[in-house]
Amino acid sequence: MSDRIMGGVGLLLAAFFIWQATLIQESFISDPVGPKIFPIIIGGLVGLSSLAIFLKPDDEPEWPDFSRLFEVGLTVAVMVAYAYALPSAGFVVSTAVAAGYLSWRLGTPPVKAAVAGAVIAIGIYVVFHLILGLSLARGPWGF
Amino acid sequence: MDTLSALADGFSIALTFQNLGLALIGCFLGTIIGALPGLGPSNGVAILIPLAFTLGLPATPALILLTSVYYGAMYGGRISSILLNIPGDEPALMTTLDGYPMARKGMAGEALALSGIASFVGAFFATWGLVFLAPQLVKVALLFGPAEYFALFALAFATLGGIASKNQAKAALAAGLGLGIAMIGVDGQTGVPRFTFGEVHLYDGIDFLVAIVGLFALSEVFIFLEHRGTTKATGDASGIKLGRLTPPLSMLKQTAPTMARSTVLGFIAGVLPGAGASLGSFISYSVEKRLVDKNNTFGTGDPRGVAAPEAGNNAAAGGALVPMLALGVPGSGTTAVLLAMLLALNITPGPLLFTNNPDVVWGLIAALFIGNVMLLVMNIPMVSLFVRVLLVPPRYLMPAVAMISFVGIYGISGSTFDLMVMVFFGLLGWILRKLDVPLVPIILGVLLGNQMEANMRRAMTISDGDWSALFASPLSIGLWLFAFFGFILPIVAGRFFRPKFPRTDSEADPD
Repeated sequence: MSDRIMGGVGLLLAAFFIWQATLIQESFISDPVGPKIFPIIIGGLVGLSSLAIFLKPDDEPEWPDFSRLFEVGLTVAVMVAYAYALPSAGFVVSTAVAAGYLSWRLGTPPVKAAVAGAVIAIGIYVVFHLILGLSLARGPWGF
Repeated sequence: MDTLSALADGFSIALTFQNLGLALIGCFLGTIIGALPGLGPSNGVAILIPLAFTLGLPATPALILLTSVYYGAMYGGRISSILLNIPGDEPALMTTLDGYPMARKGMAGEALALSGIASFVGAFFATWGLVFLAPQLVKVALLFGPAEYFALFALAFATLGGIASKNQAKAALAAGLGLGIAMIGVDGQTGVPRFTFGEVHLYDGIDFLVAIVGLFALSEVFIFLEHRGTTKATGDASGIKLGRLTPPLSMLKQTAPTMARSTVLGFIAGVLPGAGASLGSFISYSVEKRLVDKNNTFGTGDPRGVAAPEAGNNAAAGGALVPMLALGVPGSGTTAVLLAMLLALNITPGPLLFTNNPDVVWGLIAALFIGNVMLLVMNIPMVSLFVRVLLVPPRYLMPAVAMISFVGIYGISGSTFDLMVMVFFGLLGWILRKLDVPLVPIILGVLLGNQMEANMRRAMTISDGDWSALFASPLSIGLWLFAFFGFILPIVAGRFFRPKFPRTDSEADPD
C-alpha cells in the first residue's frame, strides 16, 4: 500500500513538474534545446518510474506506531522552531533547548537530558566559535 | 615515469605541517565516525563539508581532511562490527559474520589487529591502483565531447541504481527526484528562472550541501528516534576483553592470499560506477568463502573471514576515487559527497583537473598514502581508545550530530530558509528510507543535474538541434550500451549478484 501511495504521489509530482516546465518563460536568445526540454524529460522519468512502482509495489515497510510517528512529527516541529529561534534567541540558548529535547526523546531522563543539552551547546560554542572561529548565530546576549 | 614524479610533487605538497595535521585529525575523526553505529562515511563527511568550507580551508587541505575521514571511516567500521556485532557502517556488515564470533572466542584483540592490517593492505594497494589507473582513464576522458559526457552521466545513474538498489524503479525515481531538484533556480544558459514560484531564496537553486546533510545526517536522527529503546540503538562492549593486540605470524601467513585476492576484487568493485565499498566487501567475502572455506569455518570466527571483507572494502574505497577524480562521476555514496566538496570549492573534477590542478590531485593521493600509515598506527595500538568512544550512547551522540549539522549549514549562509530546507530533506530522507528508495541517486542527481543538462544542450547546439548527435560516436554508443545493460541486467540477474543484506533501515549510508 505504501508503495502504491508513493507511486501515486510520484505521478502527481511528475505531472505538476511537467506542467510547470511548460510554463517556463523562454528568453529571446536561446539554444536549440531551450530551458524546457530537459525538465520535461526528467518529469517523464519520474512519471514512468512512479507508474512502475504503483503497478508493482514491494513488500510493506514496517511503519512505527502512531505515537512514534507523532514523535517524529514533533521533532520536526522542534527543529523548525529551532531554525526560527536561532537569530532571535542566539546560538547557545536555542541549541541547549533543542539538543536537550532531542536527548530526552532519545531516552535520557529529563534532568540529565537538560544537562546534556547545555553541555552540547556550550561544547559546540567553544570548539567551533572560540577555537575554530566559525560565526554562529548571535542572540541579544551576543552568544 | 611522469606519474611517479607527479606523485613525488604530491608528497612535497602533502608533507607540510598543516596538511599532516589535517590528515591526522581526519584519520582520527574518521575512525570514530566509522566506529559509531549510526554515523557512517557518507553522513560523517557530509556533516564535515560545510564546516571545512566555512573554516575557509583551501582546496587541497580541505580535500585532505575529508578523504582522511573517508579512509578512516573505512577502518573504523570494523571496530563495532567485531566488538558489538553491530556494523559501524554498511561496508563493515560482512565483518560481523566472522569478527564477532572471533571476539566471543576471546580473540577480539587479534581480530581487530588482523582487520586493521587487512584494511591497510587493501587501502595501500588500492591507492597505488589509483595512481596508475586514474591517469589512463584521464587519457580516455580527454576524448569525450558533450554528447559522450551526457551518456556518461546517464551511465552513472543507470548503474548506481542498478547494483545498489533492490528495485530499479525506485532507483530511477530517486535519480529523477535529484535531477528535478537540480533544475530549481535560474537556468545557466538563458538566465530564466525555473521552478522558483517567485521565491527569491530559490533563484540560486537548492544548495547541494543542504540537501546532503539533511538526507544523510538528519534522517539518521529520525531513524534513531523511531528505534528508541530497541536493540538497534544500544550496544554493550563492556563484557568483551581485548586480549593481545598483535595477530600471530601464522595467522598473517594464513590470511595473506585472502587479503591479496580481496584487494583486487575490492578495487575492481570500487572502480565500477555505482558499486562502492559495501559491494566490495560483500564480493570479497563471498568469493573467499567459495574458494577457501573447505571445513565450513566461515561464520564461526575464521580469521580469513575477517581479513577478506576488510581488505575488500578498503580497496573499494580507493577504487571509488578513480572515476570520481578522473571523470567527475562518483562511483559510490561517499565519493558523491566528496564530489560535492570539490564543487563547493569551485573545482570541477574530471580530466582537466589533472592538468589544471595537479597539485590538488597529487597532493590528495600523497595524503592518502600518509593517512593510511597513520591509520594503521592509530588502529592497532590505540584501538582501545576508540572502543571507549563506542560506549557513548546514541541518546547523547545523535543530538550532537543534529546540532553540528545545523551549525555547518547555518555557517554557510546564515539563513533560516536553508535550515528549513535541510529539515525538509531530513524528513524526506527518513520517509524514502522507510520506503526503500536509495538516497545516493538523489544526491548524484542534485550534484550532476546541471552539468548533465549543460552537456546535452551543448551537444545539441553543436549539432544544431539534431538529436541523433547524442548517439553519433562509437564512444557514446558504447557508453549508452553499458548504461542500458547496467540498468537492465540487475533486473534479470540481480538476485544472483546482489548482496543479500537483511532488510534494515540503515541502508541509506551505503559507504
